[in-house]
Amino acid sequence: MSSSIQGARSRSEKNSLRAPSPRIGEKIVISLLFIASAISVGVTIAIVISLFAPLPGFFDYVSPWEFLTGTLWAPSFLDSSFGVLPLVAGTLQVVFYALLIGIPLGLGAAIYLSEYASTRVRKTIKPILEVLEGLPTVATGLFAVFWFKPLIQELTPWLEWTSPFSIGVAGITVGIIIIPLIASVSDDAMRSVPVALREGAYALGASKMRVAVKVVLPAAISGIVASFVLGASRAIGETMVVLLVAGGGSPQLKIGFTEPAGAMTAFIASRATGEIATGTIDYYSIFAVGALLFLMTLTMNMIAIFFVSKFREVYD
Amino acid sequence: MAQSIPPRASKAAATAAAVTNSIYKGANTKAEIQGIAFRLVLLSALGIALIMIFSIIAWAVVEGGQRVNPGLFLNNPSSFKPEEAGYRPAILGTIQLIGGVILIIVPLGISAATYLELFADRTRWYNRIIELNIQNLAGVPSIVFGILGLAFIVRGIFDLGFVVAAGSMTVAILVLPTVILASREAIRAVPSSLLDGALALGATRLQAVRKMVLPAAAPGMLTGVILAVARAIGEAAPLLLVGAATFVTFDPNFWEGGYSALPVMIYSYAGRPQEEFHVLAAAGVLVMLVVLFFINSIAVWLRARFERTW
Repeated sequence: MSSSIQGARSRSEKNSLRAPSPRIGEKIVISLLFIASAISVGVTIAIVISLFAPLPGFFDYVSPWEFLTGTLWAPSFLDSSFGVLPLVAGTLQVVFYALLIGIPLGLGAAIYLSEYASTRVRKTIKPILEVLEGLPTVATGLFAVFWFKPLIQELTPWLEWTSPFSIGVAGITVGIIIIPLIASVSDDAMRSVPVALREGAYALGASKMRVAVKVVLPAAISGIVASFVLGASRAIGETMVVLLVAGGGSPQLKIGFTEPAGAMTAFIASRATGEIATGTIDYYSIFAVGALLFLMTLTMNMIAIFFVSKFREVYD
Repeated sequence: MAQSIPPRASKAAATAAAVTNSIYKGANTKAEIQGIAFRLVLLSALGIALIMIFSIIAWAVVEGGQRVNPGLFLNNPSSFKPEEAGYRPAILGTIQLIGGVILIIVPLGISAATYLELFADRTRWYNRIIELNIQNLAGVPSIVFGILGLAFIVRGIFDLGFVVAAGSMTVAILVLPTVILASREAIRAVPSSLLDGALALGATRLQAVRKMVLPAAAPGMLTGVILAVARAIGEAAPLLLVGAATFVTFDPNFWEGGYSALPVMIYSYAGRPQEEFHVLAAAGVLVMLVVLFFINSIAVWLRARFERTW
């Protein structure tokens, strides 16, 4: 009896679908591929370590409370001061003006692409829009400094243009840069709205515009919100345009369209160009501002990913 | 047929049509005007974006076009002779930098995309973390990668110093998510029947992936790499942090010595007060735009040449 069981077992092993060899080579290759993709996690960990490890050294010198609520940012003054609010205010102003321009224009472009344009037109226009997003920001920034800002100055003579820098022009320029981003994410969201919804509305006698605004837009709202959040996150992180147009910034908290105001990114970029000595409080301040910047964009990206996955769930 | 309809019925039908038409038309003109206005608003949104692109190009051509001459490419920078200053070390620096970037992103990006798309079991927590992480990395501001490069590559673990290699690694890490996402999309576009067919004929998983899926996805992946390179060429912010010194008058060496890169050099020229340097900066932008146009055309051509609908 025991021999017959053994016979059955050996027969089933012989006919099994298992691979005849352990395929060690395949396992090695797959684990190498896995390592390649796991490197990205390593990068994130390295970013977190590089940003947050110097913080204790920084906060020995400046209390976190003083850092987050102080209104004077003067790292290189003799009597140095590290209140980050002026930089945060600069960044938020850029985001404000960028969204003021980017949301209506990006959304308008998205509605046109998804609801009005023929497939051929969309296939031509989308890559051209991507060109705008892909232009080096140095190029866009210089254009804004030498042509765009003078133009806006001409158009708005009632504003007080005293400084060569303007946070408002920087924000508007960034707003135009994020049009393609907002347009393409919103367009994807709107096109994933089922045709049946549109046809239902048409059958009830709705005009094309009503269908776009009252049916498609609300149905795609989570993806559209995601595009706004992504646009804001891109505006927070934009460096060269802000550095060139709004300048390295003033140490005081300044709010106003024509004011020169430093954003967080611009501060990091302008500070790091000089050969800055390791271990000084000046050096640490780059990491403290970077950490704050990273946390802000991380939060926004997570929110955007959440909203995108929400609309995917509903309609896919 | 038409004659068989009684005259009264046809008259009734005509009246009904006229009445419907008059009611409908009245409503229609208002809606139509609204619709046209709406369409114009939408088109102007697109128009502003397009005008921006053409204005930037026009600026570079008008301001910098006069300055394009051999000296622009061959001469070293100069702080006091803007008419003779050029971009030589910056161009060489960018070429070396991009060479390094390609060497890093091609193997890493394609391996990671292959794993995530073809081998990863999506129910496993670690694979989900990797995916979420790559999505997130794609949204991290470029300047933060500069800080990472400064802390880990220039100093810290790698301790390379301010050299081209450090710049290459930093920028490669920055564009890697783009390459991975584009390559994954290219692999996803290959129908699974190709993989299944190969497996059914007795190929091992690796053979099927290597001989069937990857060749079919190659043009798409190449396009992704090219677009990432285009982005890497224009990236200035992280390079400011990893030491693309703005004033170098010698040819760069990959592993040692200072270096510069085209966008950083442009930024530095633009910051000088003299008008001639601004012209020089515009000429640099023009060179960069021409290179990018060329690279993007290759990507578009590749896509058109090898695009297959399965």
